[in-house]
Amino acid sequence: MKFDLRLPIGFLFSIFGGILAIYGVLTPPETYTQSLGINVNLYWGVVLCAFGGVMLGFAVRGRREG
Amino acid sequence: MIGIGAALKRGMKSSNDFFMSGRNIPAWIAGLAFLSANLGAQEVMGMAASGAKYGMMTSHFYWVGAVPAMVFVGVFMMPFYYGSKARSVPEYLKLRYDEKTRTFNAFSFAAMTVFSSGISMYAMAKILNLLLGWNFDVALWASAAIVLAYIFLGGLTSAIYNEVMQFFLIVLGFAPLVFLGLRDAGGWSGLVARLDLVATSNQNVAGQPFEAGAWVSAWSHMGSSGGNPMGVEWFGMAMGLGFVLSFGYWCTDFLVVQRAMVAENEQAARRVPLIAAVPKMLFPFLVILPGMIAIALTYQAGQTGFSLPVKGNAYDYDMTIPLMLKHYFPSGLLGLGLTALMASFMSGMAGNVTAFNTVWTYDIYQSHIAPNKSDGHYLWMGRMATVFGIVLSIMTAYMAQHFNNIMDMLQLVFAFVNAPLFATFLLGMFWRRTTGHGAFYGLLSGTAAAALHHGFTVPVGAESLFKGGWIGPILHTYPSEMAQNFWTAIWSWTTCFTVTILISLLTKRLKSDEELRGLVYSLTERHSEGHLPWYQRPIYLGALILLGVTVLNLAFL
Repeated sequence: MKFDLRLPIGFLFSIFGGILAIYGVLTPPETYTQSLGINVNLYWGVVLCAFGGVMLGFAVRGRREG
Repeated sequence: MIGIGAALKRGMKSSNDFFMSGRNIPAWIAGLAFLSANLGAQEVMGMAASGAKYGMMTSHFYWVGAVPAMVFVGVFMMPFYYGSKARSVPEYLKLRYDEKTRTFNAFSFAAMTVFSSGISMYAMAKILNLLLGWNFDVALWASAAIVLAYIFLGGLTSAIYNEVMQFFLIVLGFAPLVFLGLRDAGGWSGLVARLDLVATSNQNVAGQPFEAGAWVSAWSHMGSSGGNPMGVEWFGMAMGLGFVLSFGYWCTDFLVVQRAMVAENEQAARRVPLIAAVPKMLFPFLVILPGMIAIALTYQAGQTGFSLPVKGNAYDYDMTIPLMLKHYFPSGLLGLGLTALMASFMSGMAGNVTAFNTVWTYDIYQSHIAPNKSDGHYLWMGRMATVFGIVLSIMTAYMAQHFNNIMDMLQLVFAFVNAPLFATFLLGMFWRRTTGHGAFYGLLSGTAAAALHHGFTVPVGAESLFKGGWIGPILHTYPSEMAQNFWTAIWSWTTCFTVTILISLLTKRLKSDEELRGLVYSLTERHSEGHLPWYQRPIYLGALILLGVTVLNLAFL
């Protein structure tokens, strides 16, 4: 297969997720009063990063097999 | 973020060719491409607005409309499309019927693209207005300028790739919104209690308050049009939305259908809509629930005090998604949510304006106004058409200002364009006796019937002629815009269907069976798939999906 869509999706969301999670760690807790006291940047950043990682994983596996 | 997108896009210029080359595309990607062709910002914002305005009944767009229609496409229509010679709606109409039918459709399709991009432009201007504090007019013209630049810079080079990317952006960008909103409303039980208050505080056309469950049940209050916020009884909904609008949309939208045809073979192509139907079933939780949460919190505040703004004599339901984003998302996640929304609006508008450009330049201008000109001339005309299309979109964006729910306006446009077209398609595919004259006059009278119905009826509280009643005496007042749309669609479809049959019987059939091969269902070759294991056979998959959707309907009865 020439082009695997999972690759750019994986990259994009790993990067987005990473930036978001780091931003979440660095911001003070007051930022999160509007999100009901939950540090959504950190948690959702980790989720996005994991999703990106899974996509990359599949892409790498697909490339090895193909 | 935009930089990353641009950098990635540069490397992926060839992805569209790749998709269309029909090489071993895994079914899941084809399924996502199929799905993402219509999950855009318009759907997210419009469905949330409808969730606030009409409550749980909005789920009918999915559980009665889209999902059964997708199963129908996978089981019955795909083999036909696959064996058919035509690859687009105009092409089909020309081959199956004649030039005048195609031209008529070209005009209504052009109008539809303009309305669709105008609605997106309106929504984008509202967002800029909310977030940057720009005046609405400035925001609207700025949106138009951005779209123009986007198109001229070649923003559509890899449409499918962009759409799949945006699909993930939207799903992953909005999921936390549902979580936070639901938490603020006190979980599901808190939401239901608040929505009961919404129902009992509102009145139907006759001045009686709704029963407590009217905002949280999909079917229980549909015995009569007065019992539910959408103001429609079960027949109007099932026929207008379930059959005419939904089947019309999914069966005639070749942009969507083409996505399925990239699959490796016919069997796989048939599975694509079925695979896509599974996530589609769950979308109401992502796109409708935020609207229900927003209206619930407006009537009884949660701990963070979210509430919808007022517009005219009702709430400004369109603001549900932008306001909730601004309210619940801290900087960071807000960027993700906005990127998802904006990217989707941009590509949606660009897609529509480009489609307008193509239809105008080739199907109307080159075919009828100025044939045999140089390529350079048509290229110039195409550029002009793009600018002209954007100007028209701005005008429709001002029309959208008279509505408080973009989905109300969008379905109105579909009732004028897709509803009669669906009748023309059905008859063309399943009845070889249908003639070109029949199809043309059917389409014409179907569209006229939509106009007449719209011109003689109004939704309750209508202040603008765009909402109906522009012909003269008002013969009927509907409880909501959506109820009026469903009945406009029913009138339009029925008229087109009947007139097409009558005229076809009165006129001579001009096309032989040989000419209709690949254009009429019974004359198109289809493959048997008796050899496949049961879990790969569309009929069983389709049955499973219908079972799933029945369970969902019963769960939210």
